[in-house]
Amino acid sequence: MSKALPAVVRSVSTRGRLFAALCRTAIWSAVGVLAILLACVLWQSWGWLDLSFLTSYDSAIDPRRAGILAGLWGSFWLMILTMFISVPVGIGAAIYLEEYAGDTWVTRLIRVNLANLAGVPSIVYGILGLTVFVRMFGIFRAGGLVQQLTGWEVVAVKVVGIRIPLPLGSAVLAGALTLSLMILPVIIVAAQEALRAVPPSIRHASLALGATRWQTIRHQVLPAAVPGMLTGIILSASRAIGETAPLIMVGAATFLRSTPGGITHLTELLTNFPSVLDAPFSEYTAMTIQVYNWVKQPSDDYRHAAAAGILVLLIALLSLNALAIYVRNRFQKRLSV
Amino acid sequence: MLASCPACTVEVAGTTSSKGGDGAQTIRIDGSSTVAPISSAVSEIFEDQHPDVHLQVNTSGTGGGFERFGRGETDINDASRPIKPKEQQLCRDAGIDFVELKVAIDGLSVVVNKDNDWCRELTVGQLKALWEKDSRIAMWSDLNPKWPNKKIDLFAPDSKSGTYDYFLEAIIGKDGALRGNYQESVDDSVLATGVAGELHSLGFFGFAYYVENRDKLRAVAIAPGHEGSAAVEPTESTIEAGQYVPLSRPLFIYVNTKSLQRPEVAEFVKFYLSDEGQKMVTVRKYVRLNEEQISESRQRLNEALGKFNTESEPSAQTGLSL
Repeated sequence: MSKALPAVVRSVSTRGRLFAALCRTAIWSAVGVLAILLACVLWQSWGWLDLSFLTSYDSAIDPRRAGILAGLWGSFWLMILTMFISVPVGIGAAIYLEEYAGDTWVTRLIRVNLANLAGVPSIVYGILGLTVFVRMFGIFRAGGLVQQLTGWEVVAVKVVGIRIPLPLGSAVLAGALTLSLMILPVIIVAAQEALRAVPPSIRHASLALGATRWQTIRHQVLPAAVPGMLTGIILSASRAIGETAPLIMVGAATFLRSTPGGITHLTELLTNFPSVLDAPFSEYTAMTIQVYNWVKQPSDDYRHAAAAGILVLLIALLSLNALAIYVRNRFQKRLSV
Repeated sequence: MLASCPACTVEVAGTTSSKGGDGAQTIRIDGSSTVAPISSAVSEIFEDQHPDVHLQVNTSGTGGGFERFGRGETDINDASRPIKPKEQQLCRDAGIDFVELKVAIDGLSVVVNKDNDWCRELTVGQLKALWEKDSRIAMWSDLNPKWPNKKIDLFAPDSKSGTYDYFLEAIIGKDGALRGNYQESVDDSVLATGVAGELHSLGFFGFAYYVENRDKLRAVAIAPGHEGSAAVEPTESTIEAGQYVPLSRPLFIYVNTKSLQRPEVAEFVKFYLSDEGQKMVTVRKYVRLNEEQISESRQRLNEALGKFNTESEPSAQTGLSL
């Protein structure tokens, strides 16, 4: 067939085929590496990932008894709190920047720096979190600023029954606040892009029909932007759940045999209210930290526990993404009707 | 200041100890990752017997741990070397008193590849020449003319670890520095894998990691003096007997005396030094203290505990309502 074609066409089509082949190599080498990685993890964790791995605490005595319960719940609370903090703040900031703020040098400076902040290494956020949230600049320590001003060495405040330690110390909330700071730039930038992608004509039409700015944002702009915002949230949530370095900085435990608030069953989230309120201020560990600790152990058996832990982490990550994609698709369908 | 908020209460220091979510007491431990396996194992058994106590073990390294310990953020600090004057000063400035307790012994092993059939022993002098700053030794034959004329691949722990500090002090001297040009890792098992994978390699790290990798590595016997003195191989018995010098070292825990007044902390530290607690040292492949050393640690603890039994200060419960 190609023999019948003129020389120019033939050379162009050869180049085209070469390019396609290169692209195909690119995708398949990426998929291949991922497949090898998954196969290795599966192979190593074979026989280790069972129900008791999910329902027991870590063991420093017998790797066969080591489980990921503390990390599972620690990561759960980290994610819940991080999302509760970062999503409203992130979306709010994006709406302000895109819909309300004028084009002044201040907002331009913020916009430029958001992109920069998104590229800051996570360990830097860890150091920031240690100073700001874990130690609160040392103002609450004996002889610190608070004691100088009030004469009391304040260690906690109780607000409507919730005991908040001051400074926060190595509590789940301090970890969640640190992770929130880390992922906020990504959430804001993605939400901004989503808002920008909503055609101005929709806003104009809404305003022309007499809707207020708030009504326009609430009923026209936001619903159209939600799928895009969710993409940013999914990406940042995946990043947060896989983080280790900043959590080590802010004091997530290497070895811990308890869960935040002592909650070990989902139903307790609804029935055991005092524990739920206590959980954000408990000590914690995370799945990534447990895996990291197991990999470091001298005994080879812990390597299998680590592989099983990685598998649990991957499954958690994939289900989180699946959930978010499901929610996103629902929004998209509703819009197109 | 908070008078407008009737539901707010300010809690002042000394009123309650740190309580976990389910009303459990928390004991906070940080410090050396070399000691952490022992502390974790001891805490695991202790928790099984005392379900109302939670233990949190972190691994910021001996120095990083002392930084937190000196701020009163932890109750116990795991240490693979004695506290430094600078760290002592930090504690003194913050009004923190502590007891130093020896809990186990760690041998630092100098290891070579399993198939290395020339290097059976080294003197401290040879080690010093090999590792000191600006060392000229690059080939095995530089150490001993009979050995192969091949480049030595060096592996050593990260400079922030207590293991690095200890090696430096024991072999080169307190104020020296190690040479450059070697592979470093915070993770001893990475070093073990590195040495196991390279015929002409040499490295050093904790005895426990050597024990776990005995099938892939060989420990070099170390002669304490310069050439002529008998070389000793690191084994459980030579380390316990104190014959493996200068590369065996005591491991410590430092306990905040104020924390020790909390019954759960006192109970835990007693358990750590008890026969049952000390079994964990062997479980985690370290070497137990000899009879004399362990009684000395127990003696120290008893003295510290005795001190405030006589003082017996009442712990006032003064929740300040505003």
